[in-house]
Amino acid sequence: MIAKAIALFKKDYHSELRTRYAINSLAMFIIVAISVILFAVGQEKLSEGLAGGLFWVVIFFTAMSGLARAFVSEEERGTSLTLQLIAAPSTVFSGKLLFNIILVFCMNTVIALLYAALFESFVIKNFSLFVFAFVIGNIGLAVSSTIIAAIIAKAGAKGTLYPVLSFPILLPLILTSVQLTLFALDGTSIEDAKFELAIVVSYDVVMLTVSYMLFDFIWKD
Amino acid sequence: MSKYSVEANELNKTFGRRLIFHGINFRYDDSGVFGISGPNGSGKSTLVKIIAGLISPTKGRIIHKNSDDEIIPEKLHNHIGFVSPYLVLYEEFTAWENLNIFSTIRDISFDKDYAKDLLNRFLLYNRKDDFIKTYSSGMKQRMKFIFALIHHPELLIFDEPTSNLDEEGKNSVYEIIEDKSKESIIIIASNDKADLNLCTEILDLKTFK
Repeated sequence: MIAKAIALFKKDYHSELRTRYAINSLAMFIIVAISVILFAVGQEKLSEGLAGGLFWVVIFFTAMSGLARAFVSEEERGTSLTLQLIAAPSTVFSGKLLFNIILVFCMNTVIALLYAALFESFVIKNFSLFVFAFVIGNIGLAVSSTIIAAIIAKAGAKGTLYPVLSFPILLPLILTSVQLTLFALDGTSIEDAKFELAIVVSYDVVMLTVSYMLFDFIWKD
Repeated sequence: MSKYSVEANELNKTFGRRLIFHGINFRYDDSGVFGISGPNGSGKSTLVKIIAGLISPTKGRIIHKNSDDEIIPEKLHNHIGFVSPYLVLYEEFTAWENLNIFSTIRDISFDKDYAKDLLNRFLLYNRKDDFIKTYSSGMKQRMKFIFALIHHPELLIFDEPTSNLDEEGKNSVYEIIEDKSKESIIIIASNDKADLNLCTEILDLKTFK
């Protein structure tokens, strides 16, 4: 299944390079969101708490603008039927998830680098905790966004439904990730952040399991 | 000849309160051409989608067997070739890239000679390196047949196979149907008399309302 999922990922990757379905909207959103925050803050110095919170706000809304494309683009172009005829549901989900994980990592690395360069208060004091939280947080974000994208791709009002469905599902992940980012900014040790890390890891495992169990029903009409 | 069989047991389909058809039973073995006819809205496309495992029946079962072993739904797509007006290939890729991608995702080796042969038979070889988005509707329809045949499936399902095709395209399709009917089961859903003339048995959906 892994080889087939990688083949599907490669198809999506080459398709994305040719159509720029998700990359353009993600890049534009990152630039606009960070610019608006910079203009709004002006000469004020952001507190660590506010910088960490705003970091995840940008990540959340950027994910809203781009990650649904994995399934919505197939549905809009009418190629879902083709995909159903060449791959098993688990392969489709794995391929799309792989694509979204890589997209989320690229997107959030850019956001983190821009934050570090543009906001004085975004100084990471515990880098290993930040990386750990960043990795598990991104995986959770990609898994949730992929399964929500699969659900809303079949619906009519996709644009509205995606944030409405995403908010309650992503809330526990975002809140805990904000807390972990604050810990990384104020230098809390990994030992002291164990509870929050366990929550995010559990969230990832639960979402991944539920997604694979439900995808077959979502994917078929 | 394949040892493939497809069997329908008491198939019923409803959309909400609307009954599409009920009580459909059939069994097709090994090879041959079988037709599904009926007026517009009688459920021809719905029935072929159920046979292909793309949607579920409301009641009843479809059983696919290969050499007496039942095929699990996860593996069904590798045994089926499907052509339908709703099928859309990846327009941002060329015909050759599409066929290569389909083989890779199916995890089967890309048989370049067979792909060339099919492209020649459907008069598309000279356009194999052009993007699908530059194709006419008839060329896209012919490309769908290549998509359906490239992985040597035991069951071929053609929903309105000759729509959008000119005489030359129709002849290519009829030749392929005649050729493949010796080794595969072919199911044709159509109202076109010329298409149905190829069938040895026809299921008329008017009688299952």
